[in-house]
Amino acid sequence: MEINNLSCEPKELHVLAVDDSNIDRKVIQKLLQISSFKVTVVESGSRALQYLGLDGEQESDQFNDLKVNLIITDYSMPGMTGFELLKKIKNSSTLKEVPVVIMSSENSLTRIDKCLEEGAEEYLLKPVKLSDVRRLKDSILKSGPMNMDQIRTQKRKHKPDQLQILQTALDCHDQNMSPPTSPQQSQTKRARL
Amino acid sequence: MQRNQMHRQIANLRKSLFDQGYLDEQFVQLEELQDNSNPNFVEEVVSLFYRDSARFLYSIDQALEKRPMDFSTLDSLMHHFKSSSTSIGAKKVKTECTHFRSHCNARNAEGCKRTFQQVKKEYTTLKKKLETYFQMSRQAGPIEVECRPRVLSPFQYLISRISYLALSFLNT
Repeated sequence: MEINNLSCEPKELHVLAVDDSNIDRKVIQKLLQISSFKVTVVESGSRALQYLGLDGEQESDQFNDLKVNLIITDYSMPGMTGFELLKKIKNSSTLKEVPVVIMSSENSLTRIDKCLEEGAEEYLLKPVKLSDVRRLKDSILKSGPMNMDQIRTQKRKHKPDQLQILQTALDCHDQNMSPPTSPQQSQTKRARL
Repeated sequence: MQRNQMHRQIANLRKSLFDQGYLDEQFVQLEELQDNSNPNFVEEVVSLFYRDSARFLYSIDQALEKRPMDFSTLDSLMHHFKSSSTSIGAKKVKTECTHFRSHCNARNAEGCKRTFQQVKKEYTTLKKKLETYFQMSRQAGPIEVECRPRVLSPFQYLISRISYLALSFLNT
């Protein structure tokens, strides 16, 4: 299957959504369903790990049957935060290639930086919009089975002006960044690398 | 026709909720997620919010009575409540939540108590307005224009235009 052939969408993409808020779970589920994702929703990081087969009892091959194509998680959750969940996924041999998106109401460069450095695909500012999900889906489809390093390098070339500070911090990791010429929204809605 | 009048009233009520700052763009986002397969989605989300958040408000009330005041717990509770308010587009509620949190950060007990009263006031006001809005919407029934455009066959289109013209004529 050609990576670049976008019309060759295999089957429905399966996303695992993690959020401790009832309301946010309902909304994100709808957002994802309307964007033609197959959605599984859980209320905590530990439930997510259970579902993914990473709960410590076994790091099993069951993942292959579940075939989760994307994990989208809230940052601030009691017990295990989204960041901790992200780390566990990225440290897993079976799941480290699965893109993980962080959602948060905090527009904090430190937090964004931390998440992206840990391997998050994107950082979405809450409340998440339909346009965010659609853009995310395009991004996942285009990336295909590329490894995370390739994805990170590509996305760093498209950062908005507001992330100049972040860019400086990340410069040591990538020499080839080119800042965009025009500013986008007045708020940093998301960090696109 | 009475139904058209009702729809106009509902549209005006909806517009006033935005104009007066009770609701923001997020509410529109929720409306965009509503369709024929889930025609009451917005009302469901709002109902869930009011059910779910009641316990947070109760917990905050309790925490405000404690001495010494545990600002960390208060902030944590309010963070969750504010997050939910943001998710339904409750603009004024959200603003008051922000004021509360800044008083929490400043460890200002009086400020917290005062702004919490405001939070509850806006919360209740919005609840009443939305209840009215949803009730009217249910009474009026579904309207012709859907969130997502339908594609009509030429025949269907012709019939819909003739019906519309006939109704407009009867309405005068």
